Amino acid sequence: MSIDKALSGTGSWLDDRFHGARGVRTLFRKIFPDHWTFMLGEIALYSFVILLLSGTFLALFFKPSMTDVIYHGSYMRLDGVHMSEAYASTLNISFDVRGGLLMRQIHHWAADLFVAAILAHMLRIFFTGAYRKPREINWLIGLVLFTLALLEGLFGYSLPDDLLSGAGLRITQGVLQSIPIVGTYLSFFLFGGQYPGTDIIPRMYILHVLLIPGLFLALIGAHLFIMFHQKHTQMPGKGHTNENVVGAPMYPYFMAKTGAFFFFTFAVVALAATFAQINPIWLYGPYNPLAISAGSQPDFYMGFLEGALRIMPAWQWVVFGHTFPFNVFIPALVPLGLIMTAAGLWPFLEQWITGDKSEHHVNQRPRNAPTRTGLGIAAVSFYGVLWLEGSNDVLADHFDVPLYTITWIARFAVFLVPIFAYIITKRICLGLQRKDLHLMQHGVETGIIRQLPSGEFIEETRPLSDEELAVIDRPVPLALPAGEGSTSADVPPPDRRGGLGRVKARLNELVQESVPVDGHSGGYGNGHAQNGHGATADEDHAAIGSGSAATDDEA
Amino acid sequence: MSDSTPEEPAPQEELPDRPHRVIGTPSPAESRLLLAETAPGSTAGLPVVKPRELPANPQDMDDAKRAEKIVAACFIIAMLAGLGFIASYFIFQVHSVTGVLHSNLALGSCLGLTMLFLGIGTVVWVRRIMPHVEITEMRHPMRSDPEAREAFADTFNEGADASQFVKRPILRRTLIAATVPVAIAPIVLLRDLGPLPGTSLDHTVWRKGLRLLNYGANTPIRPADFSSPGGMITVVPDGYQNNFDALAKAACIIIKFAPGQVVYTDHDYSVDGFTVKNWTVDNIVCYSKICTHVGCPAALYEETTHHILCPCHQSTFDATRGAKVLFGPASRPLPQLPMTVDADGYLVARSDFTEPVGPSFWERGNSS
Repeated sequence: MSIDKALSGTGSWLDDRFHGARGVRTLFRKIFPDHWTFMLGEIALYSFVILLLSGTFLALFFKPSMTDVIYHGSYMRLDGVHMSEAYASTLNISFDVRGGLLMRQIHHWAADLFVAAILAHMLRIFFTGAYRKPREINWLIGLVLFTLALLEGLFGYSLPDDLLSGAGLRITQGVLQSIPIVGTYLSFFLFGGQYPGTDIIPRMYILHVLLIPGLFLALIGAHLFIMFHQKHTQMPGKGHTNENVVGAPMYPYFMAKTGAFFFFTFAVVALAATFAQINPIWLYGPYNPLAISAGSQPDFYMGFLEGALRIMPAWQWVVFGHTFPFNVFIPALVPLGLIMTAAGLWPFLEQWITGDKSEHHVNQRPRNAPTRTGLGIAAVSFYGVLWLEGSNDVLADHFDVPLYTITWIARFAVFLVPIFAYIITKRICLGLQRKDLHLMQHGVETGIIRQLPSGEFIEETRPLSDEELAVIDRPVPLALPAGEGSTSADVPPPDRRGGLGRVKARLNELVQESVPVDGHSGGYGNGHAQNGHGATADEDHAAIGSGSAATDDEA
Repeated sequence: MSDSTPEEPAPQEELPDRPHRVIGTPSPAESRLLLAETAPGSTAGLPVVKPRELPANPQDMDDAKRAEKIVAACFIIAMLAGLGFIASYFIFQVHSVTGVLHSNLALGSCLGLTMLFLGIGTVVWVRRIMPHVEITEMRHPMRSDPEAREAFADTFNEGADASQFVKRPILRRTLIAATVPVAIAPIVLLRDLGPLPGTSLDHTVWRKGLRLLNYGANTPIRPADFSSPGGMITVVPDGYQNNFDALAKAACIIIKFAPGQVVYTDHDYSVDGFTVKNWTVDNIVCYSKICTHVGCPAALYEETTHHILCPCHQSTFDATRGAKVLFGPASRPLPQLPMTVDADGYLVARSDFTEPVGPSFWERGNSS
């Protein structure tokens, strides 16, 4: 009773001031759909929270200064060594602040987990089509967040001014300097003059602890608000439609579950920081532009850029007295630019190709969009080849393969593997569709063998339950409106005439490639068989469409 | 919610504990627990039936009872681990490698366990003690209805009209004109971030007569000090041993070859009126240590093949042939430092490098 009273008292006090009763009640009853992949974004969010907490602690002790000092701390092996104050204070955090090493390792592991979770989350969004209308803006915000995370990570691990990260910084400077026209100026302005100078650590520090985290907070806020406002997508399932959202309310269910997930994320990071050493800067020594260790590797998320630099042939032009270092700026800018631009344009390109302007709130299973899934896997394999090539020296050492051989293989693989990955993935998707179709038509094998009176053995099957059927979510191809102004089957609609129109029509056939559900044709359907949903389909197709609809109803 | 405000039925009564129900439609009676409650503050004592949307009790009470013990145990472990964290902070001292090791293990294990058992406890609570519900909520199309859009358009246009922004072009244009400099100003402010490059990338601190010092020992080098051909030595200009800004460009490597091993390149270097193929002094060559790819120290040398390898991106240079690129992304040889010996017999620079060292840049051109 007293608890009730206290709550209502506080609630009343707040409501008197904020008029919140109705709004907060709606908030409490907000429905969150459930699926394990929906937690990938939460891992990223909670890693970010852990980064803020541990980073604040580190900032209390870290000195972002490149002033030369002579170390006389607890780590005896570096006693009397010249180093920057940044490096000395990082040693101090590690050896002379209780919990300092733990916080450093938590911060570093959380950063790696942050980027990994963003990557996994992005792939989930892409492969399930969760970026589709109305969520394109949130997809774009996510891409910006991913890029910022790479930059934030690079700045962060460069701050201790150790030998390993110094090599990374040197590479960053060399890349910056290679950009045509503005590169030299960018490098001089970032570093306050020639490399290395004494400005870069304090400058990276303020970018790392204020500017980029500020952008993160704003963009994550927008990202979550939009997700909240548009309501989360849901996976295909019984009763899940484009017009509803099925799940448990935020209060108390989602709150408790997501709180637990924060604890789990923190537990994993804390235990990793306890038992798995990361970035032991005291072993690397202070930065020195003359020294480097063999087998230097950046953090994993920088690996693909490193691989791109290693893979590139030594092309360089000098035109009219100016140098074009293609060998540096192409690998530095093109792979990330290519992936990001393609990812940013894809939702809009897909809309243009399919003419599908409707809202989508039920996610697709990846197999039901074979072309998209193929393209996604192609991008993943492109990234993967570059990432592996980023460790070519380590691979050569571990597997006893000549170093140059690995680079030569990667030079071809970076083009060939994505092509094969696309083809194979698409075939697998179509195969899985056929399996689904088989399940729908013939039911599930029960494993029960029965002997017929005739002596014949048959295996019993049972039909799919409603739940199973709902998850299979028969592949409805993206709707292709026939377009206005189309009067007969021979005359294509205006938006599919001309060069661009024909490209669109061809691409449309490609993205709609699916196994037809109604079994009208044996081969791969081109999507027209299910096109009865199109509002103004021409007569020929409308006839097929209605026929297929009828078949569906019977099924 | 205030006691004094009788709870009105929310306009969107929703949410039974089963799917497929649309907000605003009546739910099947059996899906709700009908509870008679006395309205708060009601003096009449009339029973008011308030429909529940979430069940008050879990479906399986016995299981919930067992789970309750598990959750409580988890939370107790979490609490003990949290206390352990605080205790470890005071028990384990740092200031030594082993001290840090023990402190880190104790603090981290306690923190990890606290978080882990808080998480496990909460999940068991949600899954086994809270009643299971699945609620269907309707979505509304994102697009506003036509009336709202029209009303918005009206409001927007009225505002635009009232502001006179459209009607008075002179206001509009002067405002835009006023904002342009304001937008450019912050970019101008960034100008003092650094000096302009000028020709600074074309030069290093090397100059005529500057001795080559063995880096680390910081001693000058006589060709006679090399008893036999062999490895690579990092050298720095005398007086700049601790100047990273200078060394980031001026660091060099010298390699002593056996007679006849150095192949003179067809590359001409001209300085002070000389034009030579290679500057070797007693079969010693001196190259920039800064890789021409992106500037890592080209620090690996393979004596048998005379290959200089940059460990960052594996650019490989042939030390016997003017550091010609053999493999990798570097597109230019490592520049050679013109060398000679001074009156005391020590290796000295004959001049600065005859071309910019380190990574390529736009203004570099073909300055070699």
